[in-house]
Amino acid sequence: MQKAGATAIPAPPPRVRDRWGLPRFYSDLVGRRVFAFLLALHGVGAFALITVGVLLRNFRVAQPVMRPLIAREIHRAGVQLLPMFFFAAAALGFLVIGQTVAWLSRVEAANNLLGNIMVIVVVREFGPLLTALLVLARVGTANVVELGTARALGEVEALEALGIDPVHYLVVPRVVGMAVGVFALTVYLILGTLVSGYLWAFIQAVPLLPGDYFRQLAGALSYLDFALLALKTCAFGFIIAIVTCYHGLGQPLQLNEISRATVRAVGQSTVACILLDALFISLYLAVT
Amino acid sequence: MNATPAKPQLPALDLRGVNMVSRLDPATLVAEEVNWTVQAGEFWVVGAPQHSGKTDFLMTLGGLSPPSGGEYYFLGEAMPIFEESRLLHRLRLGFVFDGGQSLGQLTVAESIALPLRYHGGWSGDEIESRVSELLEMTELVPWANSTPANVGRSWQQRAGLARALALRPEVLLLDSPLTGLDVRHSTWWLAFLAQLSRGDSRVGGKPVTLVVTADDLRPWRNCAWRVACLANRRLLVLGNWHAVENSIERAVQELLVG
Repeated sequence: MQKAGATAIPAPPPRVRDRWGLPRFYSDLVGRRVFAFLLALHGVGAFALITVGVLLRNFRVAQPVMRPLIAREIHRAGVQLLPMFFFAAAALGFLVIGQTVAWLSRVEAANNLLGNIMVIVVVREFGPLLTALLVLARVGTANVVELGTARALGEVEALEALGIDPVHYLVVPRVVGMAVGVFALTVYLILGTLVSGYLWAFIQAVPLLPGDYFRQLAGALSYLDFALLALKTCAFGFIIAIVTCYHGLGQPLQLNEISRATVRAVGQSTVACILLDALFISLYLAVT
Repeated sequence: MNATPAKPQLPALDLRGVNMVSRLDPATLVAEEVNWTVQAGEFWVVGAPQHSGKTDFLMTLGGLSPPSGGEYYFLGEAMPIFEESRLLHRLRLGFVFDGGQSLGQLTVAESIALPLRYHGGWSGDEIESRVSELLEMTELVPWANSTPANVGRSWQQRAGLARALALRPEVLLLDSPLTGLDVRHSTWWLAFLAQLSRGDSRVGGKPVTLVVTADDLRPWRNCAWRVACLANRRLLVLGNWHAVENSIERAVQELLVG
């Protein structure tokens, strides 16, 4: 304790790293981040396994309750987003065709490549990934907020008290709804983009008949494209649903923590979808 | 003819050396070495000051959080019950949360019907009739089609009660049911619970075993007939009201003063 009359020693000014919140050692920061990443991976992985277990075990349980819930989620993650996806399809068609025509007009017989380019860019890459990111933004974030609020307000305990498994009642419909929703929306987005792409090409007076264009598309597509598209989009939907539900429901949450949980969920879902996309590209290149 | 010896009735709740922890922070002990037996049909009020862990105490009794030590039996079966195979046994216990803990997406009527529809065994007409009966019992008919956001807290609490009674539980745990209620609602709750304790044909006919938590014991004097007190992480099993009035424990005296 300081004695009366003693001269108070002024505190040294904060060092730059303290003032700016910089870490003492960058190795600490990296280590913390790596541990946080591994813990998140562990938590999401465990939650995914639990959800798959509940989905398979309780497939026929409480169907009068579950069927409307699943239909509602498909509506929310699919049908409700259709107008936005038609707009996105028109914009994407313009973007791809507009840029392609502008650059390829210098190359002889470039029109023969339009179908191939649309398949590579839209069907294999942009379509599924853009759909996943838009669904994440529109429905995934809502998932975290809804489930986080339900968790913080004790609805989860209320379900448990009624003998209802919260994962079955709250997570399974979202997982199924989002997997179906992302798949269906990707199909609509791709079809819309292919059609709008041709319209933009037509407007730009590209000498390409509709029959030739669709023949090019059919020629560029293989069965593997359809199989991988279905697998990839369902996996995107599954991952987004699992990550967002995990952040909303998988851990005790206070109301003021929901916004941070939402940000974390969006970041992790985006990274997971991009990594999965990279995995599918590698798989496709290895097979072909 | 030999008379069949009467089968000894199992205690509704039987706790032996149970330690209870907070659900949000499992490192925090709420009650330790709880030895307590609640016989079927009894009406207990557990008094405890605010923020002393009443909800965690009741959640452990309800099997919503596992005890950190000791043995706990609910109607002869070890708790908590998470297995699907023992779910029917678990559903013999009802839980009413402080505030009702409404399900945000559902109307009051849908919320009451949820356990009936989820666990099956009821036809659509039976569910409708049961929900109407519960809505009338709890005077919730005008709010049947309202979502929780449009229903006052007092009525949400009743909706929670109606939902808990849907499956006709034999044991009902109520977390501070009188908190924040005006005199009219409080009087209704006390009369309703007294009726349940005597046996109500709409809830199976048999007396329902009731365990209620409260931070003020006074309203329960003419209603509950067994009293315990949770203070300083200990459960003081006091027994009847005579024992409560003669108790020299400071915590008990405070709960009587309110």
